[in-house]
Amino acid sequence: MSGEAEPSAPPRLTVSSESPVLLRSDLLAIADMVPAGSRVLDLGCGDGALLEYLVRSKQVTGRGVERSEEGMLACVRRGLSVRQGNLEEGLADYPDASFDSVILSQTLPFLNDPAMILSEMLRVGSRAIVSFPNWGFWRCRLEMLVAGRMPQVFDLAERWYEAPRWQAFTVADFCDFCHHLGFGILEEIYLSRSRRLKSPHYKNLRATTAVFALQRF
Amino acid sequence: MSTNGSVGLVQPQQLTFAEDEPFQLDSGASLGPMTVAYETYGQLNADRTNAILITHALSGSAHAAGYHQPDEAKTGWWDDCIGPGKAFDTNKFFIICSNVLGGCYGSTGPASPEPATGKPYGMRFPVVTIGDMVRAQVRLIDHLGIDSLLCVAGGSMGGMQALEWAAHYPHRLKAAIPIATTAHHSPMLIALSEVGRQAIYADPAWNNGDYYDAGLKPDAGLAVARMVGHITYLSEESMQQKFGRRLQDQVRYGYEFRSEFQVESYLKYKGHNFTRRFDANSYLYVTKAMDYFDLSAETGSVAAAFANSADLHYLVLSFTSDWLYPSYHSKELVSALTAAGADVTYLDVQSSWGHDAFLLEVETMTKLLSGFLERLVQSERVALPPGFPPAGSPKEQTKTEAAA
Repeated sequence: MSGEAEPSAPPRLTVSSESPVLLRSDLLAIADMVPAGSRVLDLGCGDGALLEYLVRSKQVTGRGVERSEEGMLACVRRGLSVRQGNLEEGLADYPDASFDSVILSQTLPFLNDPAMILSEMLRVGSRAIVSFPNWGFWRCRLEMLVAGRMPQVFDLAERWYEAPRWQAFTVADFCDFCHHLGFGILEEIYLSRSRRLKSPHYKNLRATTAVFALQRF
Repeated sequence: MSTNGSVGLVQPQQLTFAEDEPFQLDSGASLGPMTVAYETYGQLNADRTNAILITHALSGSAHAAGYHQPDEAKTGWWDDCIGPGKAFDTNKFFIICSNVLGGCYGSTGPASPEPATGKPYGMRFPVVTIGDMVRAQVRLIDHLGIDSLLCVAGGSMGGMQALEWAAHYPHRLKAAIPIATTAHHSPMLIALSEVGRQAIYADPAWNNGDYYDAGLKPDAGLAVARMVGHITYLSEESMQQKFGRRLQDQVRYGYEFRSEFQVESYLKYKGHNFTRRFDANSYLYVTKAMDYFDLSAETGSVAAAFANSADLHYLVLSFTSDWLYPSYHSKELVSALTAAGADVTYLDVQSSWGHDAFLLEVETMTKLLSGFLERLVQSERVALPPGFPPAGSPKEQTKTEAAA
């Protein structure tokens, strides 16, 4: 399964048992990092599209955490096991190593304490899978340089002043951050819009979106 | 597929047991013989795996859906959620609801005749617990030949019973749906119960529970107890919407002590109505049972109470404006279940209806309940009952029309 057929804007996705699965390419990149049959916790799982895909196509034991009632209702309709919760309150209820993978998809820029969440993810799970939009992408740099305005990234619809507020960072920033926290990078996938980059050369310039699998050293 | 079908006319049923060997209660006392009143809706499948037990709240009964008389306007207490095409879809599931032990709707309670004397028990009826109520339900399920329930679901005190089932009989059910409830009755809840009980004790007609043969019942006391109860089932917002400061049948203040505000006459009406359908002694016993409810008492913590129940599936629901069983009670429960490694789905449903929301937020509840139950049907490979009509088939439509 590859992420070829893709709309250009951050798209709505449809997954059902009848139609072929159409999953957003960044979610597909995450799915590729998840071993089949493993235990997965998806933080901020939204409408549950990724989790449903993982449960159906990779036979994972899936659990989700979602804040919005709208997302919760969509997840329950998909037959997923999802808890309403706020990530900022941490994952204190979950025992150590109770999951193989803990996923944080496109949520990192919105967190007040990303270090706490990442540490918790790697306490609860043996690997953390994180995706985020890259403000180091060349167009973002150009926009900043030429227009002098905070660039709009591919995966993020909200402007800087809209709720929830986001924190801009780049692939290079994130690598430094992981190094600083003592997290090892197991796997990395870079996307330019919906297409995967074949080589990691100049990834911070060329990638709109990055997906990392992390573990503790 | 019909989404608002009725189960139609239903027949109340009774099971009597403990005729030879008395039924042991948590208090150490015993009862026998004992009767449990119940109703069932839908059909049991061949391998008896599609049964759902609905557990009722303080003032509820076994009559959860449909109607008893052909011309009756009033339906069972959870008719919005039980029926063909509804959340608890009687096309798919065999639904059971029984009246609790100590109640006054057909199950043995303080108004039942004491075998030794043939006169109503009154306060000689032993104090019962939620555990005793559930043990009586287990006898009913045994009688119906069901090894394992697909699920036990209920709100408020019904939720306590669902939790009691999960904690103490994990091998007899696959899933529990505790709604707007708690794993242990809080001091505030005990306090509110006690105000209700004191109102009954203070009524001279109560006569220490011996009023069944007298001309007078402690209606005044029971009505006050119910009024207090009703206040706790609403929220400030829902009262504001429902009544505001509006006056009943007058435009100006009368400067006198009769019920002038709409909210006053509503409560008076509800209180009075309640005395016509509920027994004051049952009110004492059932509220007492709730006060004793504390799943952490035996094990030291709520999480430990569910240590053997981690394989069950849970759907926990609370409502944002419920101040009687506030969301943090449910969140505590969800934390404990998560720590035990159980499969928990939890939502704090946005609602302004207060505690009553569990009976009123039908649309959201239907989405959640049917999604959760559909997953159970898949994961537990539940066969549909014989003659289950596929969605939209002419056969089913005929059946639904006949039922309606």
